[in-house]
Amino acid sequence: MEQFLQQLINGLSLGSIYALVALGYTMVYGIIKLINFAHGDVYMIGAYTAFFVTTYLGMGFLPALLVCMIVCGILGVLIERIAYKPLRKAPRITALITAIGVSYVIEYTTQFFMGTTTRTYPAILPTTTWQLGPVSISYIQMVIFSVTIVLMILLTLIVQKTKIGRAMRAVSADENAAKLMGISVDNTISFTFLIGSALAGAAGMLVGLYYNAATPLMGMVPGLKAFVAAVFGGIGSIPGALVGGLFIGIAETLVVAYGSSLYRDAIVYAILILVLIIKPTGLFGKNEREKV
Amino acid sequence: MEELLKVTGLSKHFGGLAAVSGINMEINRGELIGLIGPNGAGKTTFFNLLTGVYEPSEGLIELTVDGKKQQIGGLKPYKITSLGLARTFQNIRLFKSMTVLENVKLAMHKNAGYGVFSALLRTSKYYNAERWIEEKACEYLSEVGLYRKRNELATNLPYGEQRRLEIARALAAQPTILFLDEPAAGMNPQETDELTALIRHLRDKYNLTIVLIEHDMSLVMNLCERIFVLNYGQLIASGTPEEIQNNEFVISAYLGEEV
Amino acid sequence: MAKQVLSKANMIWSGLILALFLIVWVLMGAGIINSYYESTIFTICFNIILAVSLNLIVGICGQFSLGHAGFMAIGAYSAGIVTKMIPNLGGLLLGILIGFAISAIAALIVSIPTLRLRGDYLAIATLGFAEIIRICIQNMKITNGAAGLMGIPKLTTWPLLFFAVVISIVVCTNFVRSAPGRACIAINDDEIAAEAMGVNTTKYKVMAFVIGAILASLAGSLFANYFYVLNPNQFTFNKSIDILVIVVFGGMGSMSASVIAAIAIGLLNMWLQQFTDLRMIIYGAALVLMMIFRPQGILGTWELSIERFLKNRKLKKERA
Repeated sequence: MEQFLQQLINGLSLGSIYALVALGYTMVYGIIKLINFAHGDVYMIGAYTAFFVTTYLGMGFLPALLVCMIVCGILGVLIERIAYKPLRKAPRITALITAIGVSYVIEYTTQFFMGTTTRTYPAILPTTTWQLGPVSISYIQMVIFSVTIVLMILLTLIVQKTKIGRAMRAVSADENAAKLMGISVDNTISFTFLIGSALAGAAGMLVGLYYNAATPLMGMVPGLKAFVAAVFGGIGSIPGALVGGLFIGIAETLVVAYGSSLYRDAIVYAILILVLIIKPTGLFGKNEREKV
Repeated sequence: MEELLKVTGLSKHFGGLAAVSGINMEINRGELIGLIGPNGAGKTTFFNLLTGVYEPSEGLIELTVDGKKQQIGGLKPYKITSLGLARTFQNIRLFKSMTVLENVKLAMHKNAGYGVFSALLRTSKYYNAERWIEEKACEYLSEVGLYRKRNELATNLPYGEQRRLEIARALAAQPTILFLDEPAAGMNPQETDELTALIRHLRDKYNLTIVLIEHDMSLVMNLCERIFVLNYGQLIASGTPEEIQNNEFVISAYLGEEV
Repeated sequence: MAKQVLSKANMIWSGLILALFLIVWVLMGAGIINSYYESTIFTICFNIILAVSLNLIVGICGQFSLGHAGFMAIGAYSAGIVTKMIPNLGGLLLGILIGFAISAIAALIVSIPTLRLRGDYLAIATLGFAEIIRICIQNMKITNGAAGLMGIPKLTTWPLLFFAVVISIVVCTNFVRSAPGRACIAINDDEIAAEAMGVNTTKYKVMAFVIGAILASLAGSLFANYFYVLNPNQFTFNKSIDILVIVVFGGMGSMSASVIAAIAIGLLNMWLQQFTDLRMIIYGAALVLMMIFRPQGILGTWELSIERFLKNRKLKKERA
């Protein structure tokens, strides 16, 4: 039982990171129906940005987090403007192949300049560990929880209360109608990429600190897992991404703890396939039907 | 007169909205039926229920196949087609990457009579079947006057010809009952006249029963032997063209309540 | 039937193919094609089989699969394991057949539930399945886990591989020009209309998927018996993308385009060998540019056809 609770805490921290990445997937898919394969790589860039600003500029945690979010947000907008915007009317498969191409470019450009060596971080956070009864929570885990909660609240406020948030919801419900209502669809989509990528940047920094490692290909697998989380929660749904992220994180951690670490990735794909077969719209998803 | 299609208490709800409710209808073999009604009356939904695109919420659809009645409501579209019910689409749905001839050939695939192994090994069965399919497909194209255009891409045809190609393609599925969803939409009066003659000719030559949705009243009144009128998802009238023309419910449905 | 099989176009094709085969064989025998070039040629051949079979699924049937490497892995490991026990051509044949059986079953298991999904969801599901296959291989005893298989006998010869390539291309083109192939193209064009015309869409999607998987497995088996060693990391998502790149570059839906693209990219890779990292950047950038400026691929749906060539020549003569 004690071990189970401990694993649950570990799973929740990993899951929080997935949730932050999953939000980007879910928002982008919700608005332009594209699986942004490069999203995991934006997260990787977040981890590298954190490495640079903490190692060479000696930044503390919060300024570094802010820089990561800004850099990744801008990167997300650039990706959208350069690679996806010309394809807005193209078939989905065309856009998906483009996304894979973008992902390759980011991964291997990073590898080209940074090499394959694992980068580690300076100690910018205390290594304190709290003992809560039988379970222990590390400082970085607390940070992950707090950052995730704060960002989730901010995101919900943006989407629900602001003008641009309303525009985002309008465009994802019906692009043409939104356009007729005077909403700038281009700006709204770019803004969605900005927000989603900034969240991925934050997640990248957190995961870099959590495991104390950054590598050029680190975004690939977590990116896919976060996508699975988004599908599990119901693509397009913000609470869905949170629940899905936490679920995937916990499931993966438990498999490693009680099963075999060799199957940690397989379980995630198995969950994906089960969800797609049983309820392709996910927990909070909506059904769509083609008009005949 | 033999009853071919019988619809009993057919309803379809989308969420809380009843697109079609409680429709009863009988269609006899060889009849030419018109289905009319204002926009949004549920005509296309009704077609989609009959052809398997939607599953009925309630009610039965019975088709007489080889002398036996069979419930077809809720079956998959390809099953329904193989039982002898073919259709065209209101928003033309031809196969874009195929030529005119290939579009028609595709519809004959269930009668191809050879399997995937014959296809891969190119047995004599394959060659014979393909020759038969080609001849037959050309025959259907000649019927609708598109034989000479058989090697053009379907999407390169003008609009009226695309509509006729849809008919040829549906014909190639060798149906007993043919559903045409607004076959004259976008046609000029001369094309509409030709279409009227064509539909009548096809009915006689292939022993078809034809049901069509149409907004062009002159075509419907001229061509159809019986007409059903839908409004707000309900059947409000049925009868011969004369009866329908003088039916006050129909007139008020089309012109508004105050008349 | 004899007349159709022995048509002029088919005879010319056979002649050209035989000539190509003999030229390469003689050059290999004479040592003009050294082992470095030989491995490039063999790699191109494996990629041709993989590309035409993936094209059948993606280009013809429109089912976006990102899991082709998984089926290749099944064939590779089946043949690798069997030929280690029976190191002769009989063993290879047995290994290939076992690979066919397993990959066909795997393809059925994958496809029946997932082919209901559309486009991008299907892509992710197939990706997931391929990864599961790879992870299973990584964790099994018989496959020697992550360390991989070593000392697989080299049984794949030029005649054998060439024969396999020809068979794969013939299978794919024959399929496309048949009623089942037309059904697949129709599904790709408009699934709802296809179903309304009596096409059992699930059946034909599964059919294309299974045929594609079997051919990928064949490529895998021959691959294993050429390079001596196997390792699960050869069959990652990246391998599936490599194959997809060939199909997309050539033109989705055209078999000749896949063949030509496999050759062109094979030669390009040989040249880019020295800059591995750069190669991947170029790949990625090329994919993006291709999708933006020429999404139908270099050759689009154009097919190399001797029949059409003969027909056109005849028409010209008649006119003259």
